[in-house]
Amino acid sequence: MNFSEALNSGLFFQLVPWIVFFPVIGLLINMIFGGKMSEKAVGTVASLASGLAFVVAVLLAYSLSATHGEVHRIFLAEWIHIGDLKLNWTFRVDTLSTVMMLVVSGVGTLIHIYAIGYMHEDVRFHDDIKRFRRFFVFLNLFIAMMMILVSGDSYLMLFVGWEGVGLCSFLLIGFWYDFDIIGRKSTANAEAGKKAFIANRVGDFGFLLAIFTTFWHFGSLQFDTVFAQAGHQPATVITAITLFMLIGVTGKSAQVPLYVWLPDAMAGPTPVSALIHAATMVTAGVYLVTRSAPLYSTVPNAQYIVAMVGAVTALFAATIAVGQYDIKKVLAYSTISQLGFMVAAVGTGAYVAGIFHLAAHAFFKALLFLSAGSIILGMERGHHHLAHGHDDADAHHEEEVFDPGDMRNMGNLRKQMPVTFWLYMAGTLALAGIFPFAGFWSKDEILLDAKLHAEHFPGVYWLLAIAAFLTAFYMGRQIWMVFFGEERTEVAKHAQESPPVMTVPLMFLAAGAVLGGLMNLPFAGFHNLTHWLSHTLGELESLPLNLTVAGVSTVLALIAIYISWLIYGKNPLKAGQIDPLKKPLGFIFTGMENKWFVDEGYGVVFIQPFEKLAKFLSIDLDWNFWHDWFHESVIFAGFKGLARFLSDPIDMGIINAIADKLADWTKRSSESLGRLQNGFVRSYALSVLLGVVAILGYLLFK
Amino acid sequence: MVPVTYYVALSAVLFTIGALGVLIRRNALIIFMSIELMLNAANLAFVAFASVNGILDGQIFVFFIMTVAAAEVAVGLALIVAIFRTKKSIDVDQINMLKG
Repeated sequence: MNFSEALNSGLFFQLVPWIVFFPVIGLLINMIFGGKMSEKAVGTVASLASGLAFVVAVLLAYSLSATHGEVHRIFLAEWIHIGDLKLNWTFRVDTLSTVMMLVVSGVGTLIHIYAIGYMHEDVRFHDDIKRFRRFFVFLNLFIAMMMILVSGDSYLMLFVGWEGVGLCSFLLIGFWYDFDIIGRKSTANAEAGKKAFIANRVGDFGFLLAIFTTFWHFGSLQFDTVFAQAGHQPATVITAITLFMLIGVTGKSAQVPLYVWLPDAMAGPTPVSALIHAATMVTAGVYLVTRSAPLYSTVPNAQYIVAMVGAVTALFAATIAVGQYDIKKVLAYSTISQLGFMVAAVGTGAYVAGIFHLAAHAFFKALLFLSAGSIILGMERGHHHLAHGHDDADAHHEEEVFDPGDMRNMGNLRKQMPVTFWLYMAGTLALAGIFPFAGFWSKDEILLDAKLHAEHFPGVYWLLAIAAFLTAFYMGRQIWMVFFGEERTEVAKHAQESPPVMTVPLMFLAAGAVLGGLMNLPFAGFHNLTHWLSHTLGELESLPLNLTVAGVSTVLALIAIYISWLIYGKNPLKAGQIDPLKKPLGFIFTGMENKWFVDEGYGVVFIQPFEKLAKFLSIDLDWNFWHDWFHESVIFAGFKGLARFLSDPIDMGIINAIADKLADWTKRSSESLGRLQNGFVRSYALSVLLGVVAILGYLLFK
Repeated sequence: MVPVTYYVALSAVLFTIGALGVLIRRNALIIFMSIELMLNAANLAFVAFASVNGILDGQIFVFFIMTVAAAEVAVGLALIVAIFRTKKSIDVDQINMLKG
């Protein structure tokens, strides 16, 4: 059988478990033998593992198109069979899951390769070379878990992946758990990981409730069985399920109100930010809503809530991004904002637009993050270079305060890092939605859908349009601050370009950012993604290009970039100068700068009462009541009293006294009897005589 | 014919003397002799009653007693000699090592 026959016969579908097995094998090899392998070997094994998963995903996609997009379920093993609950470890290959597999493994592989270069330097700047291997083990574990998430055939299997990626996210955010984000010794990174994990737990709790409700009413967790009944169930039930699911989505996909963990997640190494917290894991929520489209489609009210959550998040996060100074924090809020676009899209029922933006965003946001990582390392190199010029004490002092990620420390980096500059520009233009970059097509499709369904989803379009304007503005601000103007620190003057192992994967991503629009051009015959996904999502309308919407968003983006040039480009920021927006915007900018005090607000509303409750429970209830009063006073003292009662009056007073008296009496009687035996034989004789007399007397006188 | 009462009275007197001798005297040899006196008082009573009643049992029993007494003398004297050798005295009041 030759290759094309294998494609057509669907033989390659049997390969689908290997999208999980390859990364698992990779991580096992690195875990067991990695200690004796060189850094290059460790990185190669991990990248190969991810790359092979990509190859499998490509084969699956080809097979799928050869078999006209039919769903294929590949049974691997029985999993849970309890009562009515019958779950198998079954992989689902359909057009939607394949898109996700391609994005995850494709972007993932490029990031693996990039990470070989990045981590090589990162572990040296942190002075802990041994952690290099651990990073790739975690990264492969993440790919495996993400693959389970997107390829599962039931909600529970999806949930396994959902939790698995959450774990990897936690592990990787806290990767430098004994440092803070600038590299000082601290527990800040570990706390960021904890925060992400806990915020996600809140969401997962909602998702779990959705799963339980689903099983309660549908009697199954398998996707097709559930969706087949979607029309026959009461709307309230489905509304409940979809809204519980939305809680899960707000956690994993960083939507209002659970988005707060994502900015802190930037504590992880930059490849992690790119892979997990921009390109793949955070899109799991979008995937979940799209996967559950048959449920959402039956309840417009829930859809509107989803759309509004997304739209509000998109705008809210965009305003915060305007006021940030950390290069990665800007991108983090931008990611939240873009995820808001996707969630709003799938909320309005524009599933294709959502997935399209997901895929395009995976390219350009991964590109932006990795370029930002390249910039940060470039700054680190410059800093390192300078530190060697000074004497040690001086260098150490500087090391403690220098933040390589702060944009106020940069400036004019396009001179020192030209390759990174051009890559970053590609990502920026794609994110800002400039024709003809990927972001233009995908964002326009979302805006168009929101506009067309404005009567059902009022307000969504305007929120998204303003968010899109702000997106272009903060990206423009970033570009002017980082790459133009003057070097605001000595370090920026000595920044160095990154090696090819880092820049080459970025070029692939840049190609995706530039050409990603080809996936779904809004012209007849080019609706590839729409056509592809319609195999899974049912008949979908293919929207033509709407010149008004496209024109408005393009003009808005250009205006935003022009304004950013006026503010940050025309008169570049000087060293130590405060942000020029601060004066005209006043307290609004203070709000943006400080993330609208959401963390502080959560602190007051949730965390402090919770800490008080925890303190009350631990100190008053557990320690004072249970430990001090109940255990000490009631149980311990009671037991002591009982023991004393048993020991003193009962044991000592009665049992022991009997034995003592017995011994005493025996002793005393023996003493008095012993006195009789005085050793004088004559007294014995006298006794005998007296006895005889007594006996005789008795016999005689009785 | 001497009435039997006399014999019995003599026997009683002898026995009393013997008993008093055992109780009062401290010299082991004297005590020993007093014991012999009591034994012979008993012998006398046996013999007297046997002749009155015409039964030989009493006469025979006396022989037994004399035999036992002879054996007792042999053992007793040996003991006394042994005690004397260690204690250089045969005062029974000084021999009280078995006091309780």
